Amino acid sequence: MRLIVPLQSVVQGRGGLIFGSLIPCALFYFLQLYLKRHRSPKPQSNPPSPTTSSPKLAEMTRTSSRSNLFSRSIGQVRISSRAISIAKPNESPYYIGLDKASEDPYDRLSNPDGVIQLGLSENRLCFDLIEKWMSENLGHSITGRDNGELNINGIATYQPFDGTMELKLAMAGFMSHIMGGAVTFEPSQMVLTAGATPAIETLCFCLADQGNAFLVPTPYYPGFDRDVKFRTGVELIPVHCRSTDNFALSITALDQAFNQTRKHGTKIRGILLSNPANPVGNLLSREMLYAILDFAREKNIHVISDEIFAGSMYGNEEFVSMAEVLDSEGFDKNRVHIVYGLSKDLSLPGFRVGVIYSFNENVLAAARKLTRFSSVSAPTQRLLVSMLSDARFIEEYIKTNKRRLQNMHALFVAGLKGLNIRCADSSAGLYCWADMSKLISSYSEKGELELWDKLLNVGKINVTPGSACHCIEPGWFRCCFTTLAEEDIPVVLERIRKAVENTTDLLNSS
Amino acid sequence: MAIEIEKPSSVRLSKVAISKTHGEDSPYFAGWKAYDENPYDEIHNQSGVIQMGLAENQVSFDLLEKYLEEHHEVSSWGKGAPGFRENALFQDYHGLKSFRQAMANFMEQIRGGKAKFDPDRIVLTAGATAANELLTFILADPGDALLVPTPYYPGFDRDLRWRTGVKIVPIHCNSSNNFQITPEALEAAYQSAESMDLKVRGILITNPSNPLGSTIQSSVLNDILDFAVHKNIHLVSDEIYSGSTFSPSEFVSIAEILRNRNYKDAERVHIVYSLSKDLGLPGFRVGTIYSYNDDVVTTARRMSSFTLISSQTQHLLACMLSNHEFTQNYIKTNRERLNKRYDMIIQGLKKAGIECLKGNAGLFCWMNLSPLLNEPTRQGELELWNIILNQVKLNISPGSSCHCSEPGWFRVCFANMSEQTLRVALQRIHKFMEQRKVCSVNQ
Repeated sequence: MRLIVPLQSVVQGRGGLIFGSLIPCALFYFLQLYLKRHRSPKPQSNPPSPTTSSPKLAEMTRTSSRSNLFSRSIGQVRISSRAISIAKPNESPYYIGLDKASEDPYDRLSNPDGVIQLGLSENRLCFDLIEKWMSENLGHSITGRDNGELNINGIATYQPFDGTMELKLAMAGFMSHIMGGAVTFEPSQMVLTAGATPAIETLCFCLADQGNAFLVPTPYYPGFDRDVKFRTGVELIPVHCRSTDNFALSITALDQAFNQTRKHGTKIRGILLSNPANPVGNLLSREMLYAILDFAREKNIHVISDEIFAGSMYGNEEFVSMAEVLDSEGFDKNRVHIVYGLSKDLSLPGFRVGVIYSFNENVLAAARKLTRFSSVSAPTQRLLVSMLSDARFIEEYIKTNKRRLQNMHALFVAGLKGLNIRCADSSAGLYCWADMSKLISSYSEKGELELWDKLLNVGKINVTPGSACHCIEPGWFRCCFTTLAEEDIPVVLERIRKAVENTTDLLNSS
Repeated sequence: MAIEIEKPSSVRLSKVAISKTHGEDSPYFAGWKAYDENPYDEIHNQSGVIQMGLAENQVSFDLLEKYLEEHHEVSSWGKGAPGFRENALFQDYHGLKSFRQAMANFMEQIRGGKAKFDPDRIVLTAGATAANELLTFILADPGDALLVPTPYYPGFDRDLRWRTGVKIVPIHCNSSNNFQITPEALEAAYQSAESMDLKVRGILITNPSNPLGSTIQSSVLNDILDFAVHKNIHLVSDEIYSGSTFSPSEFVSIAEILRNRNYKDAERVHIVYSLSKDLGLPGFRVGTIYSYNDDVVTTARRMSSFTLISSQTQHLLACMLSNHEFTQNYIKTNRERLNKRYDMIIQGLKKAGIECLKGNAGLFCWMNLSPLLNEPTRQGELELWNIILNQVKLNISPGSSCHCSEPGWFRVCFANMSEQTLRVALQRIHKFMEQRKVCSVNQ
């Protein structure tokens, strides 16, 4: 009754037609709103599964996540701007290739048509040695039963977050051994982290503020973009190296990049080096190390030397650590920080063991506190102390590893040469830096990515294109050969040949 | 081995490196130094400082040792080590599926099956410290704020603020209602943040609470969630002590609240968990983020690259936590033992004339020493703390380091020592209280 009267008066009034249609519309609208708000949801006994979840997701190394995260309706609650950029599907070929390879991994017997993984610098050449050591030495449990008593107290409780002294001692010895005994490492200057990844990030947090930058020679390890930039807000400024001098770093280039950046108002806080270099595999000479230190002193900046591949030498050149140079000369040590880890030289990336080695007491003090967020797990520390202290095993391992690396490197590089693909000169690492510029249709990043795509989808091999490593010259590819067995090399070569079939005149010319 | 620094470092360090935002200069950490210099030992140093400031669970080690004794294969990779190779190479930030499954089951068991957890929503981190920091990076930008009820775990100052640049705005709670969080306090905190021009991005609660040692009631959890929905902000529930509730029925997880609401508004809720307290394995560095928000899961996973759990540890724990017989027995026995310890310390303190907040969880009790203060101020509290540290030789945590707005409260841990040591500590407290009575009578 009450509703009808006003309607009637409205209809009879001047704005009758308009209001006569407006009110029912409004009522309809509010009815819809009411229904939407009070719709009873379907009862769910299980929490909703993530929409991107699938059985395969767990096996993927990286989420390339083709499904566009922003096309479906997401919760209205906001996430941070940092998170938004990290949540975006990863477009880098480095990660896409890793995904593809792990979705359909090659196996000589069970999956001969699968994707051969040459994009992950993992060393599988010496697992037999480690497995043998494990079965001989892990008879007692990791809780330390060798003294007769099962004692979990030693590893269960809170440990020093920057690593136990036992492991630091063992690591110091191992690092020294790896580097030919030319330098001694002090355990008290070591901070252990859950892998080299947090070691790099932690150093960035200590040495630079948001908006500052590090100079980094190109081509460089794609992971640096994540390690340095993700959460710290620190930028990476590339210092381009070229094939004309085998991608050697030049002080002139460093200087140019430094000045250019300063002109734009960004402060450079340090240089980030990989030595041995990834992806090229070359070494910094002693003279170059001096020159870099001089440059750093002149500009009053830090030097981070990532020496994670120091124990993966196959060439005849001698590896010289930054630490060795500092030992001998009167350089200001406070600006030098070395990163190391067991992921490459000891093939234990899953165990998460990294090292920050610094001469700067203030950096060490801050880094120690920061390891609260990324400490090495205690059972792993216990296991490694045991392994690294086994001098006989380590001696044999290092020797055998080098021999097998040399062998695989020689075979692989020779194989590529047979396809008229030459590699940059290198002495270390688990990969070679191959020049496939003759095989690309256009001498550009586009051409390079087309070749990468062909190699991945037609050839079914995953290699890392130079553009993912910020290489300024197109056509270079990083090929890791330590995930292969000797018998796999001809397969790889055949697949490359197949993938570039239309460019056979280039392949055949000598 | 000290290294000599020839001249002061002229090269610049970052703001993060030189700031004191980590809060590690507070008495909470200073007391540890006193302990480190003169640690109590039952046999060798009976007059040393007893560590009652470390929330570590040592009461159930024998259960872990027994399990490991009977299951050698979990700590190696079996004879000839098959599976070792894959494990050693495994650095996938998704984490071992078997381990995530085991963690999900364990978390369900702790909640008596009243909540279900999907292993694909579990993100692994090297400890809850990293989990809390990671969530803060994801949910808030530098300069934003998180609301945290007081008193809170001193480590939050570091975990939530240091590298993230995010601020903490306290939700003040007081003893008038046993330090429970009220809607008024929530609103007041929110307004306070707004008046400082800070954007509030979320609330972080610890349930069961550290340092209170008590669970948050269901009605309060509902109020908090309603508030978060109303303000359109996140809710992080740190449930690291969920398995340390003395009576399982008294703990209500935010997961249960969500289930009761059919998971409406779930995308703003994230749970943090770890094995450091319930399983007494802080050295293993095992933490998790459980999020109902897909973007948060994806982002957290990628960010977890900086804080992965050793695959060796994941393998070991996957085996151990999949053993239902072991986990059932462990959870039950651990609860009983903690309860017994709690009763012991409460009775002991009562005999000495000291009252505590009624607690039902955790590895500590929240002790009220306000009647003993010279003056009802932070200064008075620190003076008393100093006396207890240096004369009574007990390291306990002053409420001010937990940002408690009422002076005189102290957190006292009871699970990181043997029963005998606890008895010694109680004797010392008793003697101290007796002496004070004598002194005040004589004045």
